[in-house]
Amino acid sequence: MKIAVCIKRVPEMDVRFKIAPSGTGVDEAGLKWDMSDFDGYAVEAALQMTEKLGTGEVVVITLGPDAAQETLRKALSLGAARAVHLKADAIPFDNFAIAKALAAELQGGGYDLILFGKMSIDSSNGAVGPMTAELLGMPCVAAASKLEVANGKGTARRELEGGAELLAFPLPAVVTIDEGVARPRYPSLKGIMAAKKKPLDVKPAQLGDVRLTVTTMALPPERPAGRILGEGVAAVPELVRLLQTEAKVL
Amino acid sequence: MANHVLAFAESRGGELRKIATEAVTAARALANAAGGEAHVFVAGAPGIGAKTNTLGRFGADAIVVLEHPALADYNPEAFATAMAERVKSGGYRAVVFVASAQGKDLAPRVAAKLGVPLAADLTTVQLTGDKVVGTHPVNTGKVIATVTLTATPAVVSMRPGAITAVESAKTARVETMAPVGDPSASKVKVTQTIAGNTAKLDLGDAPVIVSGGRGLRAAENFKLVEDLAAAFGNAAVGATRAVTDDGWRPHSDQIGQTGRQVSPNLYVAVGISGAIQHLAGMRTSKTIVAINKDREAPIFKIADYGIVGDVLEIVPALTAAVREAKGSH
Repeated sequence: MKIAVCIKRVPEMDVRFKIAPSGTGVDEAGLKWDMSDFDGYAVEAALQMTEKLGTGEVVVITLGPDAAQETLRKALSLGAARAVHLKADAIPFDNFAIAKALAAELQGGGYDLILFGKMSIDSSNGAVGPMTAELLGMPCVAAASKLEVANGKGTARRELEGGAELLAFPLPAVVTIDEGVARPRYPSLKGIMAAKKKPLDVKPAQLGDVRLTVTTMALPPERPAGRILGEGVAAVPELVRLLQTEAKVL
Repeated sequence: MANHVLAFAESRGGELRKIATEAVTAARALANAAGGEAHVFVAGAPGIGAKTNTLGRFGADAIVVLEHPALADYNPEAFATAMAERVKSGGYRAVVFVASAQGKDLAPRVAAKLGVPLAADLTTVQLTGDKVVGTHPVNTGKVIATVTLTATPAVVSMRPGAITAVESAKTARVETMAPVGDPSASKVKVTQTIAGNTAKLDLGDAPVIVSGGRGLRAAENFKLVEDLAAAFGNAAVGATRAVTDDGWRPHSDQIGQTGRQVSPNLYVAVGISGAIQHLAGMRTSKTIVAINKDREAPIFKIADYGIVGDVLEIVPALTAAVREAKGSH
């Protein structure tokens, strides 16, 4: 079984962002970067599948500037066999342009399964996976919270608002991964050493026209500072009064 | 002239979902700006068309109905193929989805079939000259991006709840559409739709959310959170990741960076310290109440109203007070 996992390098979210002087992005000074959360679940799901089968290969692919190679090396240290870096000066916001560049690389790769995280944790569009599937003419399940693959067929579960649906599909297929499929492992020292010697191909990203751009970025209005009304049960009447008269939600 | 706007009306179990009216309202506003008509696309088993006659009231000029026995459940390939076909033949300037679970699945497929990008999960949208401009929260809601779409048609999805459905008296004409190809030949098949507890309000629809964290100390104490939600009457129950990871609550209840992102009128955080990942899922709530034993907990920095103390004592007292307040109305 040959599995491709498309991953993205994103800033860690545990910070107070500043807007860059250009006004169209965040100030990258001092940011730490890592693999997008859902992409981590996708890598783990792929590794578990090949480990269970005892055969197969996991290939990780990313699109972005040179620094994105760190994210590929991390996936290699977790157990992926090789990596492909589709090089671009920056990651465009246009999800169709990204899907086209990925599809060009994936086309003819002989993959049984192509995984994505259900969305990137920074731009939060969730569109590249299904778009890539369309371009490749492959069946697609978006945001799978369970995934099983056997004998050329797959089954998946998707969470809906107040429910869920179960799906069946043939391979090869594209699946985007929600939380719940697999909890990511940590890289081992041995894995990190081995990753340095694993193949990492660099190719130019074939992005084409970019027709969806970020024109400005801004910080949302600050919430006014909170108020502690008091301690214990004694503060409950005051809370109820404020919910009725001030917040008008009761 | 390509100046009509097509909205997708979502249904489940043969009934339209309320968010369909949000899609139509957004399409109406864009159509007004473009000088075209607002159309609605709905697909389902025979009979779905009859459920859509109310959409005229939300500003639809035409309802495009695709009925087929194989479309009783959501059928991503058949829906996407038919909708893309309609857009190609109908002279559309824009296509509007709501970014629900189904909308998030369908919108990128339709956009890709049309060869255009998707401006996803927008909180506002407008047509400005030859561009469609929208706002989209990024970086877990800590940054707001204004995005510009120069492709035609402009395909957008709106965050659920971001558009307030507005009625505008219209009588929509109905156009029927035949499936493109055989819908029962789709490769991906929904084999089962699992209804949650239908009496339970979904987190995305509830005006009030009562959410619990590890501060409740044991799974059985979640009963207190449920009781408080029941006292409000219009509330759904949420949870932190710590709680869903421990199996106290199902993963579908998780609010946060990797769970649901919600913005109810009132969010009551019970025994939640306010880890950054949790705040990412609820910081846009209109009013936030926090009850926690630790005065220094980060949740108090964003809570409008806080009470410090033992949740096991305070929550039952609040439940009783809310019940009384509700009863006195």
